[in-house]
Amino acid sequence: MTTQSKAIAASVPATAGITLAFITGLALLMASGYAQATALHDAAHDGRHAMAFPCH
Amino acid sequence: MAKNLFVSAICAGIAAGLLASVLQFTFVIPLLLEGELYETGARVHFGADGSPQSDRGAPSLGGDWARHSMTVAFNIVTYTGYGLLLAAMISFAALKGITTSARQGLIWGLCGYIAVQLAPAFGLPPELPGTIAAEVGQRQLWWISTILASAVGLGLIAFGRSYLPVAGVILMAIPHLLGAPHLDTFFGVAPPELAAEFAALSLGAAAAGWVMLGYVVAATLKRLES
Repeated sequence: MTTQSKAIAASVPATAGITLAFITGLALLMASGYAQATALHDAAHDGRHAMAFPCH
Repeated sequence: MAKNLFVSAICAGIAAGLLASVLQFTFVIPLLLEGELYETGARVHFGADGSPQSDRGAPSLGGDWARHSMTVAFNIVTYTGYGLLLAAMISFAALKGITTSARQGLIWGLCGYIAVQLAPAFGLPPELPGTIAAEVGQRQLWWISTILASAVGLGLIAFGRSYLPVAGVILMAIPHLLGAPHLDTFFGVAPPELAAEFAALSLGAAAAGWVMLGYVVAATLKRLES
């Protein structure tokens, strides 16, 4: 295996890990900042105002 | 690889969330509670006698620990979410040969603050409770578009070759030239000074949180790699 193909082989799981982290981050932010469900909204209310999410 | 990203994002999310919470409870939440007095009508600023005067002074934080602990939890979850995005982007840059030291992490955090807090606030300032504003869907659309345009714009400014940084500046300006959704009428019931203080202090607290986030993400990623 040449050095270059090793580097490519190593970067495939790296890219998968980066994608996974990115999507999980977006999902967390959707729930905490974007979702309009009443229970979530009430719990997150003060934080959303303080963090300037468009809230209601 | 994925584990390192998650560990660094969680460490950074806790550190930034706690710092932001301390700053919010010291500076921001008291003004938020004071704003609620006007939202509910417990205090009136623009009275029926035409007098635009009212007493200054925030109510105490009170004993509503359920509410306040939810705020801290919200901060940690939100900063962990942003931390995951930041860790993913720093690692993606590393694949492209751009290494990030802990101190450069401060700049990543500052750019995150500009993209996610400052640029959207340029069109939609942080709102006191009770502020009447344009329909929430329109504001969310403008808000998310501005964050995306600002993040891509900052990336082009930081890493773009040739004229790409100029394109980055233009991209950052476009949402503001188009304009954020606003109503044709002002409805504010709270004193303008209170709303201004709230907006400025919110942005300041967020700046501190984001710089902490960028530093801890970069520092822990560096440590876990070696």
